[in-house]
Amino acid sequence: MIELSMIEIQGLRKQFGDNVVLRDVSMRVAPGEVVALVGPSGSGKSTLLRCINLLTLPDAGSIRVGTHEFSYLGAATRLPSDRVLARFRANTGMVFQHFNLFPHMTALQNVMEGMVTVLRTPKPEARARALQLLDKVGLSDKADAHPQQLSGGQKQRVAIARALAMQPQVMLFDEATSALDPELVGEVLAVIQSLAKDGMTMVIVTHEIAFAREVADVLVFMRDGVVVESGPARDVIDQPQQAATKLFFSRFHDTAPQSGVCH
Amino acid sequence: MYQWNFEFLWEYRSLLATGLLYTLGYTVMCIALGLLFGLIAGMGQLSHWGVMRWPMKGYVELFRSTPVLVQIIWFYYALPVLLGIEMSPGMAAVLALSLYGGAFYSEIIRGGIISIEVGQSEAARALGMTRFQIMHRVVLPQALRRMTPPLLNQSIMQLKNTSLVSIVALPDLVYQAQAVVHETYRPLETYTLIALMYLAVLVPATSLIKRLERRSDTL
Repeated sequence: MIELSMIEIQGLRKQFGDNVVLRDVSMRVAPGEVVALVGPSGSGKSTLLRCINLLTLPDAGSIRVGTHEFSYLGAATRLPSDRVLARFRANTGMVFQHFNLFPHMTALQNVMEGMVTVLRTPKPEARARALQLLDKVGLSDKADAHPQQLSGGQKQRVAIARALAMQPQVMLFDEATSALDPELVGEVLAVIQSLAKDGMTMVIVTHEIAFAREVADVLVFMRDGVVVESGPARDVIDQPQQAATKLFFSRFHDTAPQSGVCH
Repeated sequence: MYQWNFEFLWEYRSLLATGLLYTLGYTVMCIALGLLFGLIAGMGQLSHWGVMRWPMKGYVELFRSTPVLVQIIWFYYALPVLLGIEMSPGMAAVLALSLYGGAFYSEIIRGGIISIEVGQSEAARALGMTRFQIMHRVVLPQALRRMTPPLLNQSIMQLKNTSLVSIVALPDLVYQAQAVVHETYRPLETYTLIALMYLAVLVPATSLIKRLERRSDTL
């Protein structure tokens, strides 16, 4: 029996002006799978992630997330309407490098916003669920705090709760810990890890190789807009096959020698 | 040495009070209409459609780059000839002042909206909000806070600009003062008094703006 994948991407292409950022990228993610997207900057990994929820519209290719499908059959395909795009995006949760919390709302209101505005959940119900989610990310005592009163790690955890509130089929993380002070990275990674345990399908763009090695099922290594190598995360990190992958991970193995000897 | 004497002005108190009421009335109308024009032009300039964008840019350029006094005169004396319609002085003056103010309001509104970080609307889009919802729930509430002090500043300018409506014989504060001067030949006291009356209205307004500015700094 073939299991239906949660995310299916085929022949994705994107260019900004003359700069081709994605060339014919295909990828499948099974339900409950955690995929780490890794690669040097400018490799197209963030663009690929942003294509999955159509924050960036690809020039060609097709994307399916759960039951929501989106494809370009050719250059003549018309752009989908605002409403269609919005419905597609509501199905995925996204967490950004710079948190992008709404500063005019409290943590609780941030988490409620999508439920109330997009899902039309009645307020008392949205409130109860938002409180649950804040509790889940360990911030129930910060419900009434505004974003500017929170640390970076707390902001990012609120942002994760805000994304989870939409009950998305897939969570996307775009360098979620890159803007954090080193001592705050752990609390955010712990939340992501607990989501993985709950069986959430996730695609994570990250520079935290040790974390990817531990949490991700699959690692996709990208360079210059193509997938260079992909496979089980530990295998790709510990025994990379391609020259570019070897070079990239050699730095990681130099600075963290213990990770190579765990077999 | 000139002998100051303000006493005679007491006789003209109701004339000057009417002038002040007219000034305030025109100000309210010009602010309300100006904000409406400014909102339309400000949002229009941010539109995806060129047919919306270019006429709005043209309007703003035209009204920012010509003197408001010329606009009032043109609306009263020239526009009726062009359109073959009768236009009351009040209508011409309010229309000109509102369009003039609207051009400046629109730049404040446009600037306020584009000053909101792109990450804000991206986060809202990622939640599945439509363009309208993003504007209504995320961008405008934040932009409004930043816009309020400059919008109030521009509204103070609107009040001061209403002093120009006397050119088309509307009985505002300046026009009434001119009438008093014609009768009494005492311009110094009369014009000093109306300057003080403008001051009395605007000093509290500017201090309110300062307070608001300080509050929006802390956000």
